[in-house]
Amino acid sequence: MSDFTPNEMMTIAAARALSNDDVCFVGIGAPSAACNVARLTHAPDITLIYESGTIGTAPTVLPLSIGDGELCETALTTVAVPEMFRYWLQGGRITIGFLGAAQLDPFGNINTTVIGDYAHPKTRLPGGGGAPEIASSSGEVFITMAQSKRGMVKDIDFYTSFGHGRGGIHRQELGITTKGPTLLITDLAVWRPNPETKEFEVNSIHPGATREEIARTCDWDVKYAASVDETPPPTAEELGTLRELKARTDAAHAGTASKRGSKDG
Amino acid sequence: MAKFQSLSEAVAENLKDGDSVAFEGFTHLIPHASAHEAVRQGRRDLTLIRMTPDVVYDQLIGMGMVKKLVFSYAGNPGVGLLRRLRDAVENQWPRPLKVEEHSHAAMANAYEAGAAGLPCAVFRGYKGAGLKDVNPNIRSVTCPFTGEELAAVPAIRPDVAFIHAQKADRKGNVLIEGIVGVQKEAVLAARRSVVTVEEIVESFEGVHPNACILPHWTITSVVHVPGGAHPSYAQGYYPRDNAAYLEWDKIASDRDAFQSWMRENVLEVGPEIFATRVAPLKEAAQ
Repeated sequence: MSDFTPNEMMTIAAARALSNDDVCFVGIGAPSAACNVARLTHAPDITLIYESGTIGTAPTVLPLSIGDGELCETALTTVAVPEMFRYWLQGGRITIGFLGAAQLDPFGNINTTVIGDYAHPKTRLPGGGGAPEIASSSGEVFITMAQSKRGMVKDIDFYTSFGHGRGGIHRQELGITTKGPTLLITDLAVWRPNPETKEFEVNSIHPGATREEIARTCDWDVKYAASVDETPPPTAEELGTLRELKARTDAAHAGTASKRGSKDG
Repeated sequence: MAKFQSLSEAVAENLKDGDSVAFEGFTHLIPHASAHEAVRQGRRDLTLIRMTPDVVYDQLIGMGMVKKLVFSYAGNPGVGLLRRLRDAVENQWPRPLKVEEHSHAAMANAYEAGAAGLPCAVFRGYKGAGLKDVNPNIRSVTCPFTGEELAAVPAIRPDVAFIHAQKADRKGNVLIEGIVGVQKEAVLAARRSVVTVEEIVESFEGVHPNACILPHWTITSVVHVPGGAHPSYAQGYYPRDNAAYLEWDKIASDRDAFQSWMRENVLEVGPEIFATRVAPLKEAAQ
């Protein structure tokens, strides 16, 4: 299987990072696609949780929002939103929080609040939604986003969700006991934080992508792990599953927002 | 004791200028019909509260009815940003808008604290988050038993809560099914509440014993408005009108287009229009 897009590689690489035993708090958009590809391939028993209260959901098409009826209809159970945040997230039941980002810095801090100054923003973004506590209460955090100089920046304009702060042991200094961001999957590479500094380093480069391209689409100085692999290309099963999921989604949401990608809290 | 009323009576009796009001719904059962009635009645200086302000709050803000917004995620679900909200925050049009911004965990806890009669909510949150620095209502308390520092936010106690639900019975008890969001908490936290419903049934006999039911004596007013959540959805009745959310992005991108849309689709119509809006969605779903 040689013909695939960088976005397909991103979704599939992200799906591979999830296991059958995970309890995953799913952000909308790219994380949602990855989590459902994992469920439809190697992790059929993964528990997917959306912040609208749906626990153990198994949608046949990707939802446009975190509260689509499909999520509730296919869930094991649906709980009220306060219960979702108190018992299930704060209670420590989530192994992986899976987030997207508008702006991301090299330490996994995320901004989805404002571009520019908070009081007088250049662009008012939707805000954090569940992300601030997903970032601190999930066992660990995976982040997925397509690379761009506007998106991957040295300094974010607002700390919507805390990753590793200024790096090192900054999380522990704030009394946060969870691991924080442990994985970043972009359309070009798989990144993991350096064990000491906590700055993201490229661990593997997707087939067809180059170091030049990674540097050109990232505003910070890209660091590389001691050994950098090539990400294994998508298998026929992975690619087929993703494409069928997208086709079902497009058919179900025909004439609607699906082609624009899903964005919400 | 819930009164059965028309929507115009229920809004006139329960929503006053200057009130704090929650039109709640977490991506499901969003009370559009009630909010549109508030537009027709020209309510002013409202403090709007909602976890996920979307299209309908964009409309109220664009109409200049809102002085302050308390929220945790403001977006057009599945589409992107809210253009009337952005115009208010970035350009103060049609009037400046104060914002009090929280996380979902904080808002959900604050509604629950309101329902529980507590003055504040305590939870483990906002660690390292920037909102602490821009919202003076985010503070901390120390656990008297363990010494752990926890986040605290004031309870939400709206003057009035509006929600939409599937069913009321003849007494005015209300049944909510599917994604129930924070609507039960919003009603129990509010001083007054108005519930629009898809259907009024004789009784709830045979309903699952653990179903989400608000007793009639917790509700001020019940109004029968079929389709009243459109373009949001009502599980078991009609699906979400995704095309309308996409269309809103275009309408809201231009001040004149926005105003003429509001005139034609809100000011010059009544709540009965909602049943006709969902009719084709119901048909397509069968």
